[in-house]
Amino acid sequence: MKVIKEKHSLLMRWTHWVNFPILTIMIWSGMLIYWASDTYSITLFGHTYFKFFPEGFYKTLHISKRLAEGMAFHFLFMWFFAINGLLYVLYTLISGSWRELVPQRKSFKEAWLVLLHDLHIRKMAPPQNKYNAAQRIAYTAIIIMGFGSLITGLAIYKPVQFNTLTWLCGGYHAARIEHFVLTIGYVLFFIIHIVQVVLAGWNNFRSVISGFEVVNEQPKPAVQPTPKEDGE
Amino acid sequence: MENNKKPKKELTIDQKIKRRNFISFGVFAVMGGAAYGGWQWLYKAPKEAAGITAGARQPLRKALNKTELFFRNFFSNNHLVKTYPKEMAVKNVRHNSDIGVQGKFVVDDWKLRVKKHTGEIINITIDQIKALPKTEIVFDFKCVEGWDQIQYWGGVKLIDFIERFGLAEETKLGYVGLMTPDEKYYVGLDMSSAMHPQTILAYEMNGKPVPVNHGAPLRLIIPVKYGIKNLKRIGSITFSDTRPPDYWAENGYDYYSGL
Repeated sequence: MKVIKEKHSLLMRWTHWVNFPILTIMIWSGMLIYWASDTYSITLFGHTYFKFFPEGFYKTLHISKRLAEGMAFHFLFMWFFAINGLLYVLYTLISGSWRELVPQRKSFKEAWLVLLHDLHIRKMAPPQNKYNAAQRIAYTAIIIMGFGSLITGLAIYKPVQFNTLTWLCGGYHAARIEHFVLTIGYVLFFIIHIVQVVLAGWNNFRSVISGFEVVNEQPKPAVQPTPKEDGE
Repeated sequence: MENNKKPKKELTIDQKIKRRNFISFGVFAVMGGAAYGGWQWLYKAPKEAAGITAGARQPLRKALNKTELFFRNFFSNNHLVKTYPKEMAVKNVRHNSDIGVQGKFVVDDWKLRVKKHTGEIINITIDQIKALPKTEIVFDFKCVEGWDQIQYWGGVKLIDFIERFGLAEETKLGYVGLMTPDEKYYVGLDMSSAMHPQTILAYEMNGKPVPVNHGAPLRLIIPVKYGIKNLKRIGSITFSDTRPPDYWAENGYDYYSGL
């Protein structure tokens, strides 16, 4: 028999979907800023494997020569990014739903089994509640990353007024690199996230919009079998 | 009141699912549409009317100015830019722009023009400035473009300069304006940033007189601001209660540009 099973709270769904366009705009405007001093690359032993970013990338996305514009967008949407994230974190803490989110001691071991299962190497996935071990780690990490973006962002935005933050990040120069690496992290997260959502299917996707999943439950027999012993 | 309606029949599971799907996806679509519309509005928003600031979309300029007010609360003379030992300063100081320091210019003929709020103008020579106590600073110079460089500058604290030339009254105003002699580059500074103890009028770079391309004979070094505010070759200094013209603020950048 079909049963409605509540899964995601209203606030989780709202903040999730509000975050999506905001983060997109933050990454885009961040690239407009980064273009003005695009010094990062992946270089090992003197060989450059990838330069952030190739000329074609800038051209396709119309990124060049828009620094002032990028800053103006970035310094507006940073507010929304921070407020939306804070709202989610506060709600998760107060409602107690953090218990289903933060990794448990066993999660790190289990996440490996989840990975093997997802890669079709292992048949059985470990039992889970709302989130499996890998999800617990990934979704907690992404919140910490968001927090990291705020800290590193503030550290490069006001390095004199918030010089303690800048010091915590290892200095201005390091903070800018960290801010950039976190952004690359979001993009990688996004790619894996999308693949997983597609694989997980409609029921799962719908739950992040409507809040519930439809599950099949064994209908209860009309006549309750008499318990063998009294009491519970 | 009496409820005359017949008791509602309970919805079947499928009806419940349908109903909740309809509501949530409806809201999702409407909000998605609103977000898209909002973005289109912002992205296509007209540019602000050109004035002291220009070149930015009107709502974004408003946001920049509001954000400035928020972050001004954190400004303090006790918040100092980190300083470094001299050995860490670069030998090749990056040279990024020539606006305002092109064309013919005789360093020896230079005099600084200071306009007081009374309208009185004082002309100050480089020797008068050099006679003041010297301040040196080795700090991480930060460009709005994103690069930074540890540089070594020497000169006179702007507050010492103000005191020496009897400009205390002027500092009660809100802003300081600086301009190159050719008036092609100009910056406006809020008074608190200008009076910050690390703001200096620099006549030395790496222990030698400032080279021409870095703003000889006297330039501004203001570590609490991005490089764009560090005007080269100061021609004049003015004081006002309204924002003085600022080259990059006229080109879409934040007026405050504080660090």
